[in-house]
Amino acid sequence: MIDTDRSSTGGTASGTGRTAGSSGGSSRRPARKPWTEAQRSTAAGYAFLTPWLVGFFGITLMPMLASLVLSFTNFSGSFRNVEWIGLENYRLMFTVDPAFWQSVRVTFAYVLISVPIMLVFALAIATLLNKGIAMLGLYRTIFYIPSLLGTSVAVAVLWRFVWGETGLLNGVLSVVGIAGRSWIGHPDTALFTIMVLNVWTFGAPMIIFLAGLRQVPADLYEAAALDGAGRWQRFLRITLPSISPVILFNGILSVIGGFQAFTQVYVVSGGDGGPAGSTLFYTLLLYQRAFGELRFGYASAMAWVLLLVIGAATAAVFASGRFWVFYGDEK
Amino acid sequence: MTSAISIRRRQGTVPYVARRTFIHVGLIGAAFAMVYPLLWMTSTAFRPSEQALIEDSLWVPSPTLENFVGGWSAVGQHGFGVFFANSLIISILVIIGNLLSCSLAAYAFARLPFKGRKIWFALMIGTIMLPIHVLLIPQYLLFNSLGWVDTFLPLVVPKFLATEAFFVFLLVQFFRLIPHELTEAGRIDGCGHPRIFAQLILPLSVPALTTAAAFSFIWSWNDFLSPLIYLTSQDNYTVPIALSLFVDSTGTSNYGGLFAMSLLSLLPVIGFFLAFQKLLLDGISTTGIK
Repeated sequence: MIDTDRSSTGGTASGTGRTAGSSGGSSRRPARKPWTEAQRSTAAGYAFLTPWLVGFFGITLMPMLASLVLSFTNFSGSFRNVEWIGLENYRLMFTVDPAFWQSVRVTFAYVLISVPIMLVFALAIATLLNKGIAMLGLYRTIFYIPSLLGTSVAVAVLWRFVWGETGLLNGVLSVVGIAGRSWIGHPDTALFTIMVLNVWTFGAPMIIFLAGLRQVPADLYEAAALDGAGRWQRFLRITLPSISPVILFNGILSVIGGFQAFTQVYVVSGGDGGPAGSTLFYTLLLYQRAFGELRFGYASAMAWVLLLVIGAATAAVFASGRFWVFYGDEK
Repeated sequence: MTSAISIRRRQGTVPYVARRTFIHVGLIGAAFAMVYPLLWMTSTAFRPSEQALIEDSLWVPSPTLENFVGGWSAVGQHGFGVFFANSLIISILVIIGNLLSCSLAAYAFARLPFKGRKIWFALMIGTIMLPIHVLLIPQYLLFNSLGWVDTFLPLVVPKFLATEAFFVFLLVQFFRLIPHELTEAGRIDGCGHPRIFAQLILPLSVPALTTAAAFSFIWSWNDFLSPLIYLTSQDNYTVPIALSLFVDSTGTSNYGGLFAMSLLSLLPVIGFFLAFQKLLLDGISTTGIK
């Protein structure tokens, strides 16, 4: 670290024995012009930023570029027989590999169905909790806890037994006389169980909605109530537009998170995307191609497609916001 | 909510108290359904193994600890003691790394005007949205070439380089709110930036640092993908990896043990959350950390 401006700190802890420790001491080096405030600030800025800069270049930017380069090769772990194959990985992916399209279907179905449902739940409960309800803190805690545990292996394990042949759900269903089945073992319903797991974690967006709802000016509601607007109308005309930026924010976070779901899928599906590929998520296929089959080039290409899809999805949600997101400062 | 509305509500057709009661009943029902699976897991962990999965009620007539005893040593030579220790070591190092590196970067972004700050800040924010899969393979190759595979280093070292941009952002937001008069006074007294950072900013930011620490712990404790890729020998496994191994190996036998260990693995996370509840919920509200 650069000890720029510890001119008279008297700190002996870190500067001892090094000339840099006294760099600002003008009395010892009269020849050198003292730094201006701006220079000091810049030097200190980069000094403080050093760990981040190393991380940014070393384990974010460089790997990102390396991944792009790898995606044009057949790299499989050894540099000896690696070849530049241009767009071949991408061609294979889009025109040959049926697993790729299966994983795209599964992942899109998961995001497009479970994210909106999760957000509706989050908003509905947040709205109820925002009505000055008693025991707000307790409710908040209980509804939030699943979010906290949602990505843990323990909950994924639990899910296997809740939705299994002899699991909790079937036990409950049998009480009311409905014959159950293994929801996780059946291709038609396995993905559904993972969607429910995602919806179950609505507590995190709920907390963000709650914060947003608190910002809605109370006088708006009062004015509307005096004008005779009903509960539902007030919700549609005041609440929704007022919190639309928060909806956008939650939507983007949840979509980005949804595309990257992995732990739940890995454990619930037994690591292979089964049954019959019905839970073959994109991230799971990518993991298998990379670390199961050592097809690093191909998996890198998949990663870049994922990056572009997430970027495009984010941009699309943003762009759609033009039509439904209202910020306070515009008319 | 202001009184004008509540007065109107009281005058509505449905009595106010009845409506409130209705909302509470709905909320309690929903909350119960949410946590039912977790409660069921808890009672199954204490249930004698022969009745493990055939019982749906939460009531355990004769609770037993046999599942904890059996589950503790069910995976690997040394059992869950080693896995818990590994997870704990990694989590503590991750907390230290995140707090150190992210607060340094945040100080620069929040309090130091320097050339290029805006660009670096934009890049930092950009990394929040980056899916880790784009970095996964080259990072693996990098750490592999350094001989770090099957050590904790790949899980810990990046955290010392401020790669959790969410925390940098959280701390920037917090540091910005600290009055400039305060740090100006420090500068007039002759403090340099290191000292202002360490003796003024950090002590004033304990709530934000605690939030970052608690989330660091929870994320690191729950993390599955990185340990799955980097840890190869059983002695190095973390709790999530051991649990997933347990699922594969038990087949149909030791459900009780599996549930007992799963339950134990959730306790530190729940404990951290309950201890820092308010800070964590505020952190989520202001930055969108989930």
